[in-house]
Amino acid sequence: MTDYSNIETTSGNRGLSFEEPLIFELDSQGSTAVDLEEPSHDMDRLGGLRRRGSIGLPGLSEPEVVRHYTRLSQKNYSIDSGFYPLGSCTMKHNPRLNEKMARLPGLGDIHPFQPESTVQGAYKLMDTLATWLKELTGLPAVALSPAAGAHGELCGVMAIRAAHQAAGNDDRKVVLVPESAHGTNPATAAICGYSVESIPGNGNGRVDVEALNARLGPDVAAVMITNPNTCGLFENEAKAIADAVHAAGAYFYMDGANFNAIVGRVTMSELGVDAMHINLHKTFSTPHGGGGPGAGPTVLSDALAPFAPVPFLVHDANGLRMAEHAGDADAPQSFGRMKGYHGQFGVFVRALAYMMSLGKDGLRQASGDAVLNANYLRVRLSEELTPSYDGVCMHEALFDDRFLKDTGVSTLDFAKSMIDEGFHPPTMYFPLVVHGALLMEPTETESKATLDQYCETVLALARKAKRGDTAEEFLSAPHLTPRRRLDETQAARKPILRWKPEPLKHAAE
Amino acid sequence: MRYLPLTDSDRGTMLSTIGVGSIDELFAELPSGEPTFDLPDCQSEISVERTMNAFARENLSCSDVPSFLGAGNYRHHTPASLDHLIQRGEFLTAYTPYQPEISQGTLQTIFEFQSQVAMMMDMEVANASMYDGATACAEAAAMACRVTKRSRVLMSGAVHPHYRDVTQTQLQHLGLEIECLAPDPIGIEDLIGRVDGGLACVVVQNPGFFGHLTDLTPLAEACHAAGVLLVACVTEPVSLGLVTPPGAMGADIVVGEGQSIAGPASFGGPGVGLFATQEKFLRQMPGRLCGETVDADGRRGFVLTLSTREQHIRREKATSNICTNSGLIALAFTIHMTLLGEAGFARLAEVNHANAVTLANKLGAIKGVKVVPQTFFNEFAITLSRPAAAVAENLAAKSILGGVPVSRFYPSYEELNNVLLVTATEMTTESDMDALVSGLGEALS
Repeated sequence: MTDYSNIETTSGNRGLSFEEPLIFELDSQGSTAVDLEEPSHDMDRLGGLRRRGSIGLPGLSEPEVVRHYTRLSQKNYSIDSGFYPLGSCTMKHNPRLNEKMARLPGLGDIHPFQPESTVQGAYKLMDTLATWLKELTGLPAVALSPAAGAHGELCGVMAIRAAHQAAGNDDRKVVLVPESAHGTNPATAAICGYSVESIPGNGNGRVDVEALNARLGPDVAAVMITNPNTCGLFENEAKAIADAVHAAGAYFYMDGANFNAIVGRVTMSELGVDAMHINLHKTFSTPHGGGGPGAGPTVLSDALAPFAPVPFLVHDANGLRMAEHAGDADAPQSFGRMKGYHGQFGVFVRALAYMMSLGKDGLRQASGDAVLNANYLRVRLSEELTPSYDGVCMHEALFDDRFLKDTGVSTLDFAKSMIDEGFHPPTMYFPLVVHGALLMEPTETESKATLDQYCETVLALARKAKRGDTAEEFLSAPHLTPRRRLDETQAARKPILRWKPEPLKHAAE
Repeated sequence: MRYLPLTDSDRGTMLSTIGVGSIDELFAELPSGEPTFDLPDCQSEISVERTMNAFARENLSCSDVPSFLGAGNYRHHTPASLDHLIQRGEFLTAYTPYQPEISQGTLQTIFEFQSQVAMMMDMEVANASMYDGATACAEAAAMACRVTKRSRVLMSGAVHPHYRDVTQTQLQHLGLEIECLAPDPIGIEDLIGRVDGGLACVVVQNPGFFGHLTDLTPLAEACHAAGVLLVACVTEPVSLGLVTPPGAMGADIVVGEGQSIAGPASFGGPGVGLFATQEKFLRQMPGRLCGETVDADGRRGFVLTLSTREQHIRREKATSNICTNSGLIALAFTIHMTLLGEAGFARLAEVNHANAVTLANKLGAIKGVKVVPQTFFNEFAITLSRPAAAVAENLAAKSILGGVPVSRFYPSYEELNNVLLVTATEMTTESDMDALVSGLGEALS
């Protein structure tokens, strides 16, 4: 039989895999997919500022637009379509109930500046979400408005700086972060005017507590620690660290990116935490949407709560109202405002619908299953892969590239070959503390059958790589995707960041 | 527990593979002592829907009553196909496109988004989005300080007060000086006279918070003569279909809020921050960027690029700490712009403006009402003969969301107590306007 699987097609399409031009290349000038009535008159109050000339936007009909984006969507991997074990990102199932609830007209179609008497339901919803977050973390206050994890970090560290300033301790200029920290931690500390120093690990993938204690002193404002940490391990000396940090007059910030592992099993108050952001788009299942929106509510201890940003809800005789002005009677010590309006309300609706669906028993089962799934991967894959640390992990399993030694195959190549097998690769080369990291986070919403198929596939790939004569196949992977490996060097060296009409393109050359 | 696929039998098998007796054993390193939570147990979809419906019923939805609310958050029509497309699971449930071979869908939409935003603003480049307009404004001011190596920022009194507050908050520890001018309802502040060679940037908004339109060209010229950057905010991007964009008037950085085009008000969030600038400032720009390149077979493709500006590479030296941005809302923005196209976008802006002019004429005829700005797009301030907050409450009691009282933002400026911001869009009907005219007439009589 002749093999026709690699035939060249005339259209460039390959069966269900379509080539799709840019919208600018599909332009039928003058077309629109939105029919609007004529304006009722042409009187003008623009004061001579009417736009001159056209913008250059393409015109398409509705069927053309729907097809364009449908085809583009089909070039994406997603949690709906497959296993997405991207470490540190908590790619769990996104329930559609949450989408439906966010679209109720009484929740989606309300305006942030309606009279407060007309949005008491929205305030109650936010207050209920706040209650869940405070209860689950054991901390007394929560700032809901941060828009994402890094924004929540900024909230926590700004509150810490405000607390030091209020106590006359503003000569503390250093924030300590472990070397395994997310890049956002040092970037956040820098925005708050702090210098950043790195604390080494102890060889067991955890913070070196002795090194940390030795560095603590009157110049340290805060310590930021991710727990479970980015190696997928619980910082089992967290409470001792917190005590030492407090004894040194500093605050303990916990990066809550990995909260999914421990929900319902330990509270932040038990761990001595002063501030922690919660990624609603990770732990509480709101969709990542190809890069947001997220929400990063930040829980605060009693010591930091007075410095929380506006807006926040206040209970009074008439119900709930929003404190919106830092420095006024409701918020005398607030460090300011982080975001327009009242935070990511649409994300709050989705997260609360998820929490209510699972309940306290389901949330505890979810963290249990997440950790069970990760340990199952760790044990099964250890047959061929090299786990970076011995013993039980939390919600993610960390491997390094020792198993690829002398194969000519790198972590990147190995990860890319998983794509051909229909799996999203794990997080690669992070954390930086192990060589050639592969960080796998299965989450609780995967079945055993999916995990088994993934394990068998990854083990087979590892055996293939170790055979020694297969490097070329790995180095050129993936082979079965809409695009093969992309030239990132060229993209950075000669940035093309937008479409330009042809005459402009030529003029620029 | 409908979201959890493992059965007890699966769990048992997996535990024995791992070699532990129970799930709790996997948590042995956590502090002992089981925390208890005063929270309900799992619930059915039906039960969750009942609770959520109860929250929703306690709100007065803009979809049920005439609404004239704006102040940076606008209610426009959302085409049915838009909400369908953004709910496709391949868009909705994908992560940031770190693996470009299996993310060309998201990447190409970002490239198209960046192109549309740059073209609308008349700027050279735009990024993949920020959290919202207010944080984009703060990032722009910080970027202007990096570019000019100066440390003073001047903010116009026509900038949205939340943008001002967020900028002051976010930049407070960077050793910068931020001067905010008093609220400027009628557009008379003298910015040009305040420009000097020590400023990093002047931040303005067009249309202004109180509605008025300004030709930014003379200010841009004064700024550039002193080596100062002009940062322009656009809180209502629909205006760009009819009004000269900031880029054409000399702005160096243009930021904005895309919510009005992307979709529902959603009580103010999530929105999408727009951020555009000139190519020469590219390396100082915050946020993600998507760029065109080729794959191993020489075919056009897209990747995230210039990431050496970003926190995951540069850590404490990054241009910003932003990571997750507002991808899905940016997608909604770009799909709506594609649906509209040049002709639809221009028409949408014309209808908004025409309705606002009609409304201004009707309101200006009411005894006790005065339209404040001479020029505007779809929103304008009016002064009333009574405090605006009480009037807005009075109207709400008659099921009219009549406008946003400025005192909500400026409680300490007594002279603004009687000022109400009023917006008309393509959603505003003649009968809506008549309801407001009659409601206001009663409230002020």
